Amino acid sequence: MPWTSPMVEKYRSQYGSGLDPLTYLGQNYLAVDRSLIPDILRLLRDEEQFDYCVDITAAHYPKREKQFDVIWILYSFPRNERVRVKTQIADGASIPSSVAIWPTANWLEREVYDMFGIKFDGHPDLKRILLPDGWKGHPLRKDYGILQQDQEWVQINLGIESGQ
Amino acid sequence: MSDRKNDSTTDVSVHSLANLDLETHEKPYLDSNELVINMGPQHPATHGVLRVILKLDGEKVLGTECIIGYLHRGVEKIGENRTYAMFNPYVDRMDYCAAVSNGLGYCEAVEKLMNVEAPPRAQYIRVILTELQRIASHQLWLGTHALDIGAMTPLFYTFRDREEILKIFERYCGARLTTHAFRIGGCQYETYAGFEKDVKNFLTFFAPKVDEYEALLTTNRIWLERTKNVGVISGADCIALGVTGPVLRASGVKWDLRKAQPYANYSKFDFEIPIGTNGDTYDRYLVRMAEMRQSLRIVEQAVNGIPEGPIMGKVPKVIKPPVGEIYHSIEAPKGELGYFIVSDGSTQPYRLRVRPPSFVNLQALDLMVRGALVADVVAVIGTIDIVLGEVDR
Repeated sequence: MPWTSPMVEKYRSQYGSGLDPLTYLGQNYLAVDRSLIPDILRLLRDEEQFDYCVDITAAHYPKREKQFDVIWILYSFPRNERVRVKTQIADGASIPSSVAIWPTANWLEREVYDMFGIKFDGHPDLKRILLPDGWKGHPLRKDYGILQQDQEWVQINLGIESGQ
Repeated sequence: MSDRKNDSTTDVSVHSLANLDLETHEKPYLDSNELVINMGPQHPATHGVLRVILKLDGEKVLGTECIIGYLHRGVEKIGENRTYAMFNPYVDRMDYCAAVSNGLGYCEAVEKLMNVEAPPRAQYIRVILTELQRIASHQLWLGTHALDIGAMTPLFYTFRDREEILKIFERYCGARLTTHAFRIGGCQYETYAGFEKDVKNFLTFFAPKVDEYEALLTTNRIWLERTKNVGVISGADCIALGVTGPVLRASGVKWDLRKAQPYANYSKFDFEIPIGTNGDTYDRYLVRMAEMRQSLRIVEQAVNGIPEGPIMGKVPKVIKPPVGEIYHSIEAPKGELGYFIVSDGSTQPYRLRVRPPSFVNLQALDLMVRGALVADVVAVIGTIDIVLGEVDR
């Protein structure tokens, strides 16, 4: 369902087809073109007071040409309002980091990198956060099985045949 | 380590820590006035398996780096490979000190995605148990936090009283910690005979106990010295770092999801949001103490107003939410706990993301301990109130 509001109209006239405002179950989100990141994020914080970045996450759609959705969940303290920003990127493509906009993005982007292998350009310290540094593979990709492990890492570092 | 001289200001990048290698340092070790030490992963004050690399100048902390993930179980991956109902007990294992709150957030998120609502009686039961859980979580925090700082007595007091809450949980659903108390659409169990009496007894039992805790600590000279002006963080920094919960409120930001975006039936109850002014460890202590009292108020109103009726909404046997996505969050004892669920119309979530408060709050540790003493690191880790099960998921 399309989402209409004065804020959205303003950006729509500015960015045109690169921005698709939608709403589902009363929650608003903007599906934006990859090229609008990070401009739209910066605008949302500076002009629309979305001062709190709740979460950054991703989803993997292996059958799509642009395999990944990257999702920012934002909240505004002054407006008491939430909005999500969503964009699609291809496997292997990178996306500008938003650490300069919200410092909290630091660990959140590291987790997305760890779990999906999405690279964030300009991140001050992009490395794995939950899995060990030498681990191979990104577990939240759909082609990574639930029982799959980096056996080599487990054998070398834990001294056991298998973690299963 | 070659640029050691330039590093000796407090403005050291944490990210350079990994490159520090004392072994290869060509000068004798004692010559250095900076020291890199490991705190954890096995350390009683890290409340689990958290490793903090501290860069020290004598007793002063120049920078920290948290190494986490020791308890990573891949909860989100498990979620994608289980049905909605099967995943419900797993959420209890994230913040295992507040399992009921985790369950509430998850059940409400799926209910929203399916567009169903729990019946009023179930809502009341949920609020009573969730607020009791908030008290239990704060009790556990208080006991261990005080123990870290060196006050051993509060631990015995809080664990003694927490037992009463766990007994209510046990009588209600058979489990004490990982309760799995709620189901998608309502509650599985009707309250047991004597539930309301037990809860009311707890209210009269516990109200003076908070005063007792306060008598032990609030004006205790050692407690004041160890917590006042320790780990100070401003409200603006909290917002920039995404810090929520009591830490945010102690920094003077009056924001609580129960009021800002009421979920369950919190809008029916009358309660205050306690806030602090200084954003230090002492204020966070006071805020949590006040929150326990407010939780008692909510439980009292809920247990007196609990209506009769069904406890399960109209939910199909097989849960298949329509295609779409939802973000739903609740005010867990530690901060904003959110669930972002993408449904592809099947019986399993296509993507299930947990927004853990402990993980995000822990990121503020570095800011809060810079320039402080080593002993304060222990106090600050305690005051953020992390649970590693939730940080690592």
